[in-house]
Amino acid sequence: MAERTITLEVFRYRPGTDKEPVFQNYTVPFRDDWVVLDALNYLKDQVDGSISYRWSCRMGVCGSCGMMVNGTPKLTCAAFLKDYYPGPVRVEPLANFPVERDLIVNITDFAHKLKEVKPFIIRREEKPVSEGEYLQSPAELATFKQFSMCINCLLCYAACPIYGLESSFVGPAAIALAQRYNLDSRDQGQEERHDVIFRHEGIWECTFVGECSEVCPKDVDPAGAIQQAKVGGALDLVKSMLMPRGAR
Amino acid sequence: MSEAYRRPVSDTWWLKNPNYRFFMYRELTAVFVLAFLLVFLYFLRQLASGPEAYNAFLRRLSSPWSFIFHTAALVAACFHSSTWFNLTPKAVVVRKGEEKIPDAFLITPNYVGWLTISVIIFLIATWS
Amino acid sequence: MARARGEAFWWAIFSAGGVVTALLVPIHVLLLGFVIPFWWGPADTFSYERIHALLSHPLAKLYLIVLFSVPVFHCMHRIRHTMYDTGWRAYATPIAFLCYGGALLIMIIAVMTIVSI
Repeated sequence: MAERTITLEVFRYRPGTDKEPVFQNYTVPFRDDWVVLDALNYLKDQVDGSISYRWSCRMGVCGSCGMMVNGTPKLTCAAFLKDYYPGPVRVEPLANFPVERDLIVNITDFAHKLKEVKPFIIRREEKPVSEGEYLQSPAELATFKQFSMCINCLLCYAACPIYGLESSFVGPAAIALAQRYNLDSRDQGQEERHDVIFRHEGIWECTFVGECSEVCPKDVDPAGAIQQAKVGGALDLVKSMLMPRGAR
Repeated sequence: MSEAYRRPVSDTWWLKNPNYRFFMYRELTAVFVLAFLLVFLYFLRQLASGPEAYNAFLRRLSSPWSFIFHTAALVAACFHSSTWFNLTPKAVVVRKGEEKIPDAFLITPNYVGWLTISVIIFLIATWS
Repeated sequence: MARARGEAFWWAIFSAGGVVTALLVPIHVLLLGFVIPFWWGPADTFSYERIHALLSHPLAKLYLIVLFSVPVFHCMHRIRHTMYDTGWRAYATPIAFLCYGGALLIMIIAVMTIVSI
């Protein structure tokens, strides 16, 4: 019996050589248990060593292999070929980011935003070691745990049309991560994150399309994080109008 | 980073997938709701102007254009209401211990309230 | 960068307006668009005399003012952002002025009309 195959249409862009990107078609063996990443690795090993792309853990925890598969942002290590058979499967770099080469995007913008939201526990005073660790109940953990599952894969940024239109938008993952720390009972740094979250390009740019949460491979629900932040921001405003700062 | 390629984003991005289209329909309900509010405001102006103006307006409510418009407005208003209520659990999180309460606990009261208020307004408008 | 207090304010109004719109607008569309033209009850239910008496009541006027305040701002806020999302972001500031200014104008006209009933 002839071996089944599937065609991959791969986005190629070689800076300096290509003025415009091109699509190159490759035929790979079809295996029931292969994911798109397996097909790309096969291509690079056996067919065309010049294809450039990022990957690492191949099991959905590192966030490196995000790409557009048939127009949808996906982790290529989690996109099974059998779900696209008979194909063709169009593989493109993650949307809304500049393309460095082939399937590799420049994520400096996100790296900058991640730093801005200060994704670490901030304390007014650190407890000395002699006083023991910071205690946290399971209920306290539950308030932020979902938002802590983010692997920075950036599928949400690729799905967000606002980010596509306006790259100054802080974006889903950064805001979800800010919320993760704001809701952490051990954190005392909400004020320090307020300027990033509540500035014009923060949560207020979001119009709740919700596609970020749809594509998130870890069910972080960044759209929920953003809406909750909006409610928090509105309540803060009402409180500050009803009560002078000193009285709170 | 010399020649990173920036792919253009089209203004018709929202046609590209069903979720984006759903989002745009949801947002466009605002246009129909606003249009209806302006019609309703016109109704109130005609009421304030006196019986002739008011009755003339009532006659126009029986025209085909009125039915077409109000059908679109009703669909839009109901679509707004249901999408609005269904998104409540995203914005408001209530936990019992570690678990979130079921979404329905937040959504259903909205629908019940909607139905109740609608019936009350209908009765006020029609009960002699 | 400063917190955008203005944006929090408009979103709060949008949110309140969304609730009022969701609860109240559909029944009024039904009434105006279908119940009145197809009314099956007594002939005088929607007569000028009865409706004028009904809506002259101060509580009715208060209700109508609420109906024409936050929902109008809700719609304009959504229209403003939909314009941003469909390619008009370059004109962000004038669009915001037109939308909220328009909403204020409609609200003022509405209040004047309602008071004069």
